Amino acid sequence: MAKKQYAFYPGCSSQKGASASNFPTSVGVVCEKLDIQLNEIPDWNCCGASIGYGEGGELPRLVINARNLAQAENHLAGQDIVSGCPACWLATRETVERLHESDSLLAETNEALKEAGLNLKNTVKARHIVEVLIEDIGFEAMKKPVVKAIEGIKFAGYVGCQTNRPFGIAGESFENPQYLDRMIETVGAEAVKFDQKVTCCGGALAFSEPDKSQKQIRDIVESAYDHGADMIVTPCQLCQANVEIYQSEINKKQGTKFSMPVVYYSQLLTVAYGGSAKQAGLDGQLIRAEKLERIAGKQ
Amino acid sequence: MADIKYAAYICSGCGIGDTLNVGALEKVATKEGKMAVVKSHPFLCSTEGVDLIKNDIANEGVTHFCIAACSRRAKAEAFAFPGNAVSRANLREGVLWVVAEGPAHDEVRQEMAEDYIRMGCAEVKKMTCPAGSANAASSRRIMVVGGGMSGMTAALAAADAGYEVVLIEKTAQLGGFANNLWKRVPFNAPHAEAQPTGVAEMTAKVSGHAKIKIHLNSTLAETAGAPGRFIAKIAQESGAVTEETVGAIVQATGFTTYDLAKLPELGGGQANVVDQAGLEALAKAADGGAIKRADGSAVKSVVFVQCAGQRGSGGNGDGSHLDYCSGHCCATSIKQATYFKDANPDVDTVVMYQDLRVPGMGEDFYRSAQKKGVIFTKAKVNKVAGGNSCRVDFKDLILDEDASIDADLVVLATGQVPTSGVNLDEWTTTVTAAESGDEAAKQKKSELQKISVLNLNYRQGPDMPQFKYGFADSHFICFPYETRRTGVYAAGPTRRPMDMFQAQEDATGAALKAIQAVENVARGAAAHPRAGDLSFPKARLEGCTQCKRCTVECPFGAIDEDEKRFPVFNQERCRRCGTCMGACPVRVISFENYSCDTVGMQIKAVNVPDEFEEKPRILILACENDAYPALDMAGIQRLTYSAFVRTIPVRCLGSANTIWITDALNQGYDGVMMMGCKRGDDYQCHFVKGSEMAYYRMSKIDDTLKQLSLEGERVQTYEVAITDSARVAKMIDDYAAQLIEMGPSPMKGFG
Amino acid sequence: MTTATPKYRNNFLKEVEANVEEGHWVKMCMQCGVCAGSCPLGPHWQHSPQKIFMMIRAGKREEVLTSDSMWMCTSCYNCIVRCPRKLPITHIMHGLANYAHRLGMAPKGQPTEAIAKLFWDNLVKTGRVNELKFSLAMYFKDGFVQGIKNAMAMQGIGLGLVKAKRLNPMEILGGHACKDKSGIQKMVAKAREIEDRRKGFSGAGA
Repeated sequence: MAKKQYAFYPGCSSQKGASASNFPTSVGVVCEKLDIQLNEIPDWNCCGASIGYGEGGELPRLVINARNLAQAENHLAGQDIVSGCPACWLATRETVERLHESDSLLAETNEALKEAGLNLKNTVKARHIVEVLIEDIGFEAMKKPVVKAIEGIKFAGYVGCQTNRPFGIAGESFENPQYLDRMIETVGAEAVKFDQKVTCCGGALAFSEPDKSQKQIRDIVESAYDHGADMIVTPCQLCQANVEIYQSEINKKQGTKFSMPVVYYSQLLTVAYGGSAKQAGLDGQLIRAEKLERIAGKQ
Repeated sequence: MADIKYAAYICSGCGIGDTLNVGALEKVATKEGKMAVVKSHPFLCSTEGVDLIKNDIANEGVTHFCIAACSRRAKAEAFAFPGNAVSRANLREGVLWVVAEGPAHDEVRQEMAEDYIRMGCAEVKKMTCPAGSANAASSRRIMVVGGGMSGMTAALAAADAGYEVVLIEKTAQLGGFANNLWKRVPFNAPHAEAQPTGVAEMTAKVSGHAKIKIHLNSTLAETAGAPGRFIAKIAQESGAVTEETVGAIVQATGFTTYDLAKLPELGGGQANVVDQAGLEALAKAADGGAIKRADGSAVKSVVFVQCAGQRGSGGNGDGSHLDYCSGHCCATSIKQATYFKDANPDVDTVVMYQDLRVPGMGEDFYRSAQKKGVIFTKAKVNKVAGGNSCRVDFKDLILDEDASIDADLVVLATGQVPTSGVNLDEWTTTVTAAESGDEAAKQKKSELQKISVLNLNYRQGPDMPQFKYGFADSHFICFPYETRRTGVYAAGPTRRPMDMFQAQEDATGAALKAIQAVENVARGAAAHPRAGDLSFPKARLEGCTQCKRCTVECPFGAIDEDEKRFPVFNQERCRRCGTCMGACPVRVISFENYSCDTVGMQIKAVNVPDEFEEKPRILILACENDAYPALDMAGIQRLTYSAFVRTIPVRCLGSANTIWITDALNQGYDGVMMMGCKRGDDYQCHFVKGSEMAYYRMSKIDDTLKQLSLEGERVQTYEVAITDSARVAKMIDDYAAQLIEMGPSPMKGFG
Repeated sequence: MTTATPKYRNNFLKEVEANVEEGHWVKMCMQCGVCAGSCPLGPHWQHSPQKIFMMIRAGKREEVLTSDSMWMCTSCYNCIVRCPRKLPITHIMHGLANYAHRLGMAPKGQPTEAIAKLFWDNLVKTGRVNELKFSLAMYFKDGFVQGIKNAMAMQGIGLGLVKAKRLNPMEILGGHACKDKSGIQKMVAKAREIEDRRKGFSGAGA
């Protein structure tokens, strides 16, 4: 069967040695198993993330995203842009929509793009990998390559913000999206009730307003414990980083004893598809996901 | 009169035959009920079952019969025998489904069923089949009072449906308040722009309609008669009087604006402070151009003050000015703000509101005005000073701080004051005083007659009763178009505050009600809510003591008095609720199929066990509109309640005569539960005052109980809504427990 | 730009409409307050979005632009999806923050403003964000001594990330970058120039 082709926008945090560098390894396995081919956009640049507005303003932010769109149009014609990072997806999709709504903004964008020798027709669709999995592959097909059911582990499906709002996955509710729980169940694991499913982790303010953000993170981790979860699973790089990294800080400051692993859905799929702990990027966890490693280690 | 032959038909279907001893029931009907024919059938509502009855009517001469099967509310079509007197014994919803299951309850269940057979047989013996009194000469013309948008809409609706219309307008032209408007709030998609009022087109259509006869410059000097035969004396300004005979009336007399002079604290009466009507006049003068002040200068900034002198003076709740919300003013101010923005987007337009109320598609209009740059500020306005530069002092309720703003023009959104004629309470007091010779009262009476809209010659006064805040009557919770004057329907802002769109919808509804009234009255049948009922009250005047209770207590003013103060029943005005029958101390008022006797005999037919049997008996008089359906529903839901109750449906609790209570207590019943609709300002009584009257009468029954040396608790009144099935079951059980605690009635054995 | 704004006139609203991203939506707010109740950092805002919108309509230019409220936005987009009027509230908050920043009116030492600038500068330099340099710059934004303290405080986390290969100490020597750095820089400069022209900023900016 021919592989489905997508223009891939990895994003800064997924680069080697970056904070989500353990994410792409597992994505690679999942795509391989599901006949998805991700073709990296040549010389892609940063999307501006959720903090770029402060200095970048409106047009410069749209322009840097338009550059990625133009690169994809030129080099990977006919392919949807797919990103694994919610912030990248959101910024790219927002740019597509904004430039569709306003001809004058599109003209200004192209005036700037010209400086880099580019022009945008704005014909590309911007999508998230989760959308590809759910809409193009489907839960049934996602289940097929499963060789090891992830049994005996309870997961708190933490969707967070930007995969869910403002665009979200088509047909899902903003207040209680179901797809992550379904993914967990697809690999044979148990999704616990989790009332902080769509709570904000503080985002970029984890840097600038640590106390306020850590209160959010504490709520999230605590709720996972309260509902009996063994680990948290998330589709978002910033959520993963914030919720995992700051547990030790919270423990230090507030005397809690948090040690809740936070993994990506792709790591779950990878282990279920028979991938090793290393292939799943489980060696990249600050808080080791031992139960998942154990399953990965089983023959 | 043909020979009377009684029969009883007992259904053993729906499980009745499995649980009850039908043979014993038949025996009760024959021996105690003294029915000439008694038959049972396993499926009585089937064609075969119904044919069995029809055959007896045709070949056996059966005229009066009791159907002992399901509730009278079920199978009404199958068991419709228009030529016969029929009673219903409710064995299914009333016994089978509500008495606890199991052999432990067999005895009380059977006793209950047997009592219902006795009651059904006793009732039918006192019934006659209502003959009705169709009157082909009855007028089907509809008179519309008021030629504004509401009145014209009602006139067109009735005329287009084929009914002749007589339209009365006080002024020299049709159109009413709408004539003063520049534009109206949008009523078509996309609800974004103010629309032309369409009043000229509508006036032309009404004026040219072959079925509409218009009387301009005219008022009603007198309206006499009843539905189907109203005689309206139409007085022209010139003094000429024309008479028209009509069948029903739609009152669409609209409103006036609240007097600005009463609002000095909001700049009322000062320069450059106008009300919404004043702004319409400025907009009309501007004709789409820049809106100018009285001094000719173009308005550059305007502030709209919402709820001015409304809702207890803008939400103060201090009782000054109008206490209510007029409903339309938010959308009207939005519309007027767009007048400015459409002519010149640079005009600063601020709408100061506390609660912006734009129901329905008004939300889209609100949004459209926001898009045009109208600024909405949640604020409580404390003071407006008019003048060359107006100043508005207010509290910003979002930012929680006092502020002020200058403007070229201030528009006060004042309320609607209904044109509803004479307040009947005031009328009654005045007439009473005038009759006792008070000269000032005589003077006042003639002044009141001048402001009267309908000048009805009814005993209860010249207009329809007024509702809260002086609006014309309406059964606002259940049947908004209904009033307490049969065949007279209020529509538009005279009924409640509303905008033009709602008023037109309202007028269409009122026109349909008027049509229903003339059609029913021509058949000699009741209109609402017992639509189609052919029975009507008859009085044995030889027994009447001229006490006037019936004429006073009739909720519908249906009963006048003759010179000797005997009641004169106007059948066409009557709703057949029986409140007169409940009121009559000498029990001379009755319907063919519903009377003191039909109920009284049922009460007496019940077999009351003696005090040693420890089986109390409780009589339930249940209103057929809400309480009885709630009891049926309890059965349908298989909720159980005490098998010691015996329920009799009544047309309205207002029809319950105190003799029934006395009879029951004398008979040895341990208690009486009276279940009626909610009373008070937010009443749900289908006959408006019926339940109110019942509660009032029962509050006076204590003396009677004392004479019988009985506890007050032996007679209880309850408010039961149609949704109260679970509550009513518990109510019964609680009361039964209370009576057992109290011990048996000392009256047992004396009955 | 600094003239006193008449109250409850439309001047400041018009300025916001012209110069703030998605500013034309401000007038559409219906003051329900759902945004205020939906914000994860709601308790920390001096003025909720609802109040900010009212203040703009009331002409409170100084109070709005010097407020640190907009800088509390975590970009969670909860307000956007819940707003019954569909105002892009998150974007308006971003736009107001950016506008205040460009006018030099943001509160002194506002930490989110500081990291936002660092982040963007980091981005424009290479086309991609260098997390290590960004983090170090963050820790040292309040001066050298505070920077050492900050860095020491986060040392455990930093070492953990290095061990997990999620923070590369070698990045300090260069790290990831786009090939067409100069093209990107020229393009961004041009975009900024266009936007400044449109919004009436002098070329220098803030």
